[in-house]
Amino acid sequence: MLSDTKILPGEFEYFQPQTLTDALALLAQWGSRAKVLAGGTDLIVKMKRLLVEPECLVSVQDLPELHGIRQEQLDGQPADEVAGGASLRRGGFETRPPDSAWQHALVIGAATPLSLVEKDPLVRLHYSALYEALRSMAAIAARNMGSIGGNLANASPAADTAPPLIVLDAVLRLASARGGRTAPVETFFRGPGFSLLDVDELIVEILLPPPRPQEGSAFLKLGRVSCDISKINAAAWFQREGGLCLDCRIAFGSVAPMPLRTPALENLLVGAEIGERLLHQVSSQAGAAIFPIDDVRSSSQYRRQVAPVLLEEALRTAWIRTGGVL
Amino acid sequence: MKKRTITLIVNGETFELTVVPNELLLNVLRDRLHLTGTKYGCGVGECGSCTVLLNGKATLACMTLVVSVDGKEITTVEGLGRYDALHPLQQAFLDHSAVQCGFCTPGVLVTAKALLDENPHPSEEEIRQYLRGNLCRCTGYTSIVRAIEAVSKEAGF
Ligand SMILES: Cc1cc2nc3c(=O)[nH]c(=O)nc-3n(C[C@H](O)[C@H](O)[C@H](O)COP(=O)(O)OP(=O)(O)OC[C@H]3O[C@@H](n4cnc5c(N)ncnc54)[C@H](O)[C@@H]3O)c2cc1C
Ligand code: FES
Ligand code: FES
Repeated sequence: MLSDTKILPGEFEYFQPQTLTDALALLAQWGSRAKVLAGGTDLIVKMKRLLVEPECLVSVQDLPELHGIRQEQLDGQPADEVAGGASLRRGGFETRPPDSAWQHALVIGAATPLSLVEKDPLVRLHYSALYEALRSMAAIAARNMGSIGGNLANASPAADTAPPLIVLDAVLRLASARGGRTAPVETFFRGPGFSLLDVDELIVEILLPPPRPQEGSAFLKLGRVSCDISKINAAAWFQREGGLCLDCRIAFGSVAPMPLRTPALENLLVGAEIGERLLHQVSSQAGAAIFPIDDVRSSSQYRRQVAPVLLEEALRTAWIRTGGVL
Repeated sequence: MKKRTITLIVNGETFELTVVPNELLLNVLRDRLHLTGTKYGCGVGECGSCTVLLNGKATLACMTLVVSVDGKEITTVEGLGRYDALHPLQQAFLDHSAVQCGFCTPGVLVTAKALLDENPHPSEEEIRQYLRGNLCRCTGYTSIVRAIEAVSKEAGF
């Protein structure tokens, strides 16, 4: 905090590769001395505060594969003729989501600005929890700069897009010069600032599963002011059959060293007849399902107390969005 | 650090500059191009006083590497209007006393321009949401919102 935020004190080389292959080669060559630069809204702040001192920045701003939102058939053919998806496959990085039931996916380039993802009509229509998280984040200029992939790669326990992407069952496509792989967002985080990304690896795309019948999701957060980093956030997703919960996922942010899915709470809902009382009962156990700490933004005690309130509201909203009644 | 030559189009004028990777757009605008309208407040994205338009989109100059905006168009508050021909937003800010100390004003004006370019007739709530990253310690925001509403109601906007 004592550093001068007017300047960037560190010295580094800067590369702005034009192809994914060149970017991956640079990351392989520089290894842990390099940092990927997307919007810089996390990274530049950390560099100003001397929390990270990379010798080299590799910008992803000109990589077509990492930009834009498209629908893709998962039989190997992109739904739209978008060069990005195609060249990823040509590079020998063919990767499929683990769930073979996916016929197609909504594919979001990792470097797509938060504000563009928020404006996408399909995101707004089918992935409510993600849309609500994006709307709650930062203010317009930081949302124009910051990217969805940067929010994940930064691996903050408070990352607002993480709980929605976890409950929506999103999958990441990662690539390095060594090849490609996929990882569910749920398995991506390892601790504050740590993920399963290798030093030479990029998040290329985020895949959202096709919309399912009678599903609904919601995201809620508490911050100090409206555009603030979360003190705590929660996302919920339901799939409904009649009055029954067919499937459910719940995740919290800022309550553990990493974004946290809570299967213990979900299990109380899956297969059950959903009503006001059950949602209240399950939510009241949220405090025991999370592992919050005291930090600059809030206290452990406060987080345990508000978690049930936040969760109940998220569950109610998600259920109503499935078309269910309460 | 390797020096390189970049081109910036600032308020319609083209500049060729030799820069190093750790130079920030804000400092280049203020210290090298002497466009001191854009302000340094917090340096970490929280106050909005350094807001400029980058290819028309609100962007924080305090967190932007100048090498990364090679060839792009930047609009600062100096590019909105001239002393003898103020931009309607600038005139409305004067008319509605939306300026007190003025430190936040360049960032607010530029953000308000981005808003009206995107959404010419925003509601009060939309104005407040769009400007939520521009902190003002003087006005209490009401006069700022009034000024923007006045412009959005003017004919031709
Ligand atoms: C004023 C302000 C308000 C904010 N508010 C919020 C908020 O409300 N909620 C919230 O969650 N966050 C918030 N943030 C944090 C930040 O804006 C987001 O996390 C943003 O999404 C980061 O994206 P970026 O593109 O700027 O990432 P960068 O800063 O460019 O990168 C972040 C990290 O991820 C790595 N990285 C980036 N892209 C990739 C990639 N494709 N593959 C591999 N690694 C990559 C970088 O090397 C770096 O380590 C805020 C930040 C500011 C300055
Ligand atoms: S100086 Fe850039 S946001 Fe405060
Ligand atoms: S007029 Fe003084 S900070 Fe806004």
